[in-house]
Parts: sequence; C-alpha cells; structure tokens
Amino acid sequence: MQFERKHILDMESLSAEEITFIIDTADRLKEISRRPVKKVPTLRGKTVVLFFYEASTRTRSSFEIAAKRLSADSISVSKASSSMVKGETLIDTAKNLEAMNPDIIVVRHSSAGAPHMLARLLKTSIINAGDGMHAHPSQALLDIMTVREKKGSIKGLRIAIIGDISHSRVARSDITGFNKMGAEVVVAGPSTMIPKGIESLGAHVADSSDDAVKKADVIIMLRIQKERQDSFLYPSDREYSRFFGLNRERMKKAKKDVLIMHPGPVNRGVELSSELADGPYSIILDQVTNGVSLRMALLYLISGGIRNVDTD
Amino acid sequence: MLTLIKGGRVIDPGNLDGVMDILIKNDRIIDITPLEKSEINSSELLKKQNAIRIIDAFGKIVVPGLIDMHVHLREPGQEYKETIETGTLAAAAGGFTSVCAMPNTIPVNDNRQITEYILNRARNTGKVNVYPVAAISIGLKGNRLCEYGDLKDAGVIAISDDGNPVLNSRLMRRAMEYAKGFGLPVISHCEISELSSGGSMNEGVVATRMGLAGIPNEAESIMVARDIALCELTGAHLHIAHVSTSQSVSTIRDAKKRGVSVTAETAPHYFTLTEDAVCGYNTNAKMNPPLRSAADRDAIREGLADGTIDVIATDHAPHSSLEKDVEFDMAANGIVGLETSVSLGLKLVEERIISLTVLIEKMSSNPARILHLDKSIKKGNVADITIIDTNLSYTVDSNSFFSLGRNTPFNEWEMKGRACLAMVGGKIVFENMIS
Repeated sequence: MQFERKHILDMESLSAEEITFIIDTADRLKEISRRPVKKVPTLRGKTVVLFFYEASTRTRSSFEIAAKRLSADSISVSKASSSMVKGETLIDTAKNLEAMNPDIIVVRHSSAGAPHMLARLLKTSIINAGDGMHAHPSQALLDIMTVREKKGSIKGLRIAIIGDISHSRVARSDITGFNKMGAEVVVAGPSTMIPKGIESLGAHVADSSDDAVKKADVIIMLRIQKERQDSFLYPSDREYSRFFGLNRERMKKAKKDVLIMHPGPVNRGVELSSELADGPYSIILDQVTNGVSLRMALLYLISGGIRNVDTD
Repeated sequence: MLTLIKGGRVIDPGNLDGVMDILIKNDRIIDITPLEKSEINSSELLKKQNAIRIIDAFGKIVVPGLIDMHVHLREPGQEYKETIETGTLAAAAGGFTSVCAMPNTIPVNDNRQITEYILNRARNTGKVNVYPVAAISIGLKGNRLCEYGDLKDAGVIAISDDGNPVLNSRLMRRAMEYAKGFGLPVISHCEISELSSGGSMNEGVVATRMGLAGIPNEAESIMVARDIALCELTGAHLHIAHVSTSQSVSTIRDAKKRGVSVTAETAPHYFTLTEDAVCGYNTNAKMNPPLRSAADRDAIREGLADGTIDVIATDHAPHSSLEKDVEFDMAANGIVGLETSVSLGLKLVEERIISLTVLIEKMSSNPARILHLDKSIKKGNVADITIIDTNLSYTVDSNSFFSLGRNTPFNEWEMKGRACLAMVGGKIVFENMIS
C-alpha cells in the first residue's frame, strides 16, 4: 500500500490497515539497529525538529536515535531552551522553526490538541509525541508492535490497562489502537481515575484489578503520579499499591503466558513490583527497543517512503 | 424633529401587538396609532410637517429597544479587545439599545470613580445606553463588600462578581442583604471553583475522547442551589447569570414555584450549541460555563419555553487572537455575542420553541423589569426602539463585525432574520433597512 498521511496525530485517524503497514515497516527496519554500523542513508538531507515542550527522556531519545539511524539531521528544541520562556507563543515559535524548512516536526506538549493546531497552521509534517492527556500514537504503535511480535497477532487478545486512565494519553491511544486491531480492551483502576464515557473509545471497565488481571493476555500498567494525591484521586501509595498495583500476589491470578508492559517511567513498588518489572513476564525493555524501529518507520513513511528518498 | 415609524408590526409584550405607526418627537414617543387610522393621521401630519422622517417598517417587527444585560465592554483596561465605542456599536448593529457592562475591567468597577469613568466614556463615545454593573466584592476578590450605596448613586444598576464566583457564603449572604436595602439586584456567576478548576470543557464523553479535563454540571448547579437558599434567607433579588445545565434549570424552576425572588438568564450559545462544537480543539467554542450536552441544551430550551429562564443575554466576551490562537487549555474563556444574538433567538422562534413575543420578552421586557427600567413603547416614553427583519437571510461574517472580537463559533452560519434598525432616544444609531 501507499502511505499517504502527512501527519501522525492520534490513533483515531489511523486505519487498521495503516497501523499494520507502519508496524510491518518497523519490523523490516529493526535489523538496522542490530548492525555494527547502525545507519542507513535513507533520510539523508531531511531535517527533523524535536520540539519538546514537556519533559521526556524515552520518547525524545527514541525519536532522536530513529532520525539519526536514518541519516536525517535532527535538532532538539525544549521549552527551557526556546523562546517560550521569553513569552513567545507556541504558534510563533513553530512558525519560526518552519521558516527554516524542516521536513518533520515531532512535538510533545502538555496541552491536548497542540499538535493538531500546528498541523492546521503549518505546512510541515507533524508527528505527535504526546499531547496532554489526549494521545501518544507512537507509544500505542510500538505497544501493538511489541505485542504482535510476542503473540503473533493482536486479534482476539485481551488487553488489560490498569491505573490512572483519566490522565493517560497512553491509555487513550492504546485503547483505540488495540481495538482497531481486533483486541478486547479492559481498563481498571480507582473509580476516580476512570473517565466518563471511556466505553465510547472501546474499553470495558473491569470490576476490579483482579478481574482485569485474571483473563488478560497482556497487562499494561500505567504510571501513577504522586501529585494526584493532592487532587484527592487516591489516598496513598500504600493503598494504591495494595488494590491496583501489580505484585506477586495478584500475578497468581494471571494467565501463565501473560505479558507485562509499562510505558515508563516505572514507580517501582507502587504500580509495579520490582521483581515483576525485571521478571520473565516483563517486556518493558522490548517496548523501548521497538520504539526506535517504530519511530524510524514513522519518520520514513511520513517523508514519503521510498518515493522521496535520496537513493544515490 | 419628527420621526414616523410606519406600518410595522409593533410587539411590546403585555402592552401592544399589532400593525401601527409610532410617532416620535425629538427623543420621545408622542403617538401610537393603529393601522386603521394611520393613513389619515400620517397624511395630515405630512401636510402639516415637512420636517418629518418616515421609516418604512412595513413587513418588519417593531419592538422596545433590546437590552443585553450581560456584556463585557473591556474598557477600561483592555481596549485592544473592545472599547465602549466598538462594543456599543456592535450592540447597536445587533439590535440592542441598552447593555449592562460587567465590572471585570482593569481596574475593576468596584468604586465610584470607575463607574463614573465608564458612564463618561459611554456618554462621549457610546452608541447605546450603557448601564454599569458594579462588583459585589472589592477587586472581585470575595473579601470585602463594595460601597453599593455610593455606586448606585453614581449610576450602577446591579452588582455582580461575574467571571468569579462568590465562594464565601457569608459574604454572599451579606451582599444580598445589603444590596436589597439599595434595591440592587445581585447577579450571580454560579461556579464552585473546587469542582471546575483545571477543567477546560464540559465533563463527559467528548472531553474524555479529546483528553481535556472536564467541568461537571454540578460545579454550576450546587452554587445555584446555595444562592437560591441565600436568596430565600435574605429576600434579595437574585439573578442567575448564564445558566448552562439541566440541574440549574430544575433548581430555579422549583424555587420559582416556591415564590423565591430569583430570575435567570441563559446565552444563545447554550440553547444553540453542545459540547460537540469544541471538537477539533476550537477555542471559539471555549467559554465558562462550558457548552454542555444535548440533554442540557434541551433543558435550557424547555426552561426558556416555560418561563424558568427569564432572559436571553449574550455574555459578550471579546478576546483578541492573543488569547484565542493558543493551545486549547490555555485559551481564554468567552465568545462575542452581540451581533448574532437576535438571529439565534429567531431560530428558536422558527423551531417553535418560543413565540416571537416571548423572544422579545426575554430580550427586552424581562431584562427591563429586572433592572427597573421602563423601555416600553408608550406615549411619553423615551424612544428606544429596535426594528427586526425576520425574513432577511444572510451569512455570518465575523470579519465584518463592529466588535473588535472575532471569537465566535457562529462564523459562516446561515441565519434568517436580524435587527435592521436601532434607535436610542429618538436617534437612529444603526440602520440596515432593506425594503
């Protein structure tokens, strides 16, 4: 198939066919990262701006490594180092960056919809690297890629997502993405963290985290943010860990071939015990490894795939 | 100077309804003649008077000047968003002959000097009547009462901390009691900040899908219930601003049944739009209270139809691109409304939710009653008159607004019917008559 998208903004706008195509491409690109010389000239002469208005280690380094392995020139702009601290608006900063003719702007922003606004106003391709509580499509795609790699296919799998669904862009994108690929998604967490109408995205709400764990083929644990205690969303780490965390006790109820995932960073001992994070069920680091290939695929496809590549 | 408004259907709810001529001398209405007699009278008049201006209102609706009791004119302090001149020009173009200016200017209208400044600017640059609303508390901070006596003396018509709720129940109680002594209505912006803070749209499925923090209906309705209770305690006149939820409507309906002295307003966007308008992160659909669900919109319409909601007011809130062309959660709340209100009201009439007479009641007679103004069409009254063409079709173009604000969710909407003339004190301040 021809990949015709200019932007990657959320999972809602991607079809199952497109998702499969992106992941197939990522699978093929994966061997590049295993070579002694981890670089191909595919995106030589292309410029990728990593425009990160919110702290990020994993996603940002993953995109940066992906760009470099494809020989694109990449530069990073963070909120602290940008004119944003001088009071420049997002649009002005973005338009100035655009005036330097980059090919792709990868944007992370704390406001939902910020990448959509840039996509509307700029001519450059936009990849959403996480916007507020809204979407994190590259994370969902690498999650689907990793599960497909381990389980062979997504169709018919039961995916449990446990934790703060309300504030999680990963949860939203995973629910939408896994659903499109034919999985059944259940969510669990404190009732304060299950948003109104989450069913409309295609998730069932489990009665308890035990219930969610029991039948799951894949368990995705979400990071709990300590500051949520201030808005009365949960009483204490101790209580959270006991009722919603994944530990040896709760794992006894799980299927024998269950996979444990986490978008990181992990609060060890709160939502996930250390022994499980590092144990045999955990594919957390496979997620990170696949993240690079997946983002290489996005950069490559958004640049026009083979049509637009410097082949000399 | 004589003016004759000829052949229009005059609707002054509870007073007049029929085709008649209105004769105006200088700033006053001097005669109202039903159609049967008007031919003779006017031709006699024409013989006598050469200096008569005739406004042909045939096929149009002639009503008491419309009053928008909830407008942010932004002057003093934010003249880049709107001025008293541009805001009142927009009002006139929208068919309003009177507006209430909310106190959240910079500085806040919480003292006589600011009230006098606003009235002075209105006299010198304004196109329509400007009635200042003063703050309930100094600086809208909810700590100390303003000097309502002195403010009323200076020309204030009501008090409100609009934009901010009065969180302190004791202060609100005393404000109502004290204002009652001066005959000032208390306009309440009902919002429990603890429930709304951080939210940027209605709580619900759309917010969940868009990853935006929501504001539950109860952030409004709990405060509506509190203020109604305080109103019963104090016997003050409470007016609930910008009602947006079904719960508020039923709470107000119940209170009215008990005979509580409460009145309420809603804005055209709450009876027209739902939270779906936010999709695509449209900051021109962001306001406080937020656009709600379809069920809420329907409850608002019911409240308008059964009289629970007395007034349609726009909450005209002009902002510049600096506040609106930004990330959705960082964008300022509010939309402009003066120049689209009549057309959106007429949609309700077309959909048979309310009658034309009831629309005029909610846009003129009821606000007048609440604010103790007499704008009715009768002999001896000042001629504040609006003429509406209910058949004129047009497309909204925000670039042609008189308001400095372009922040409307109704741009490019197809409308039928609009104001075509506004007269303030016998003077035509806006005219777009197409016969």
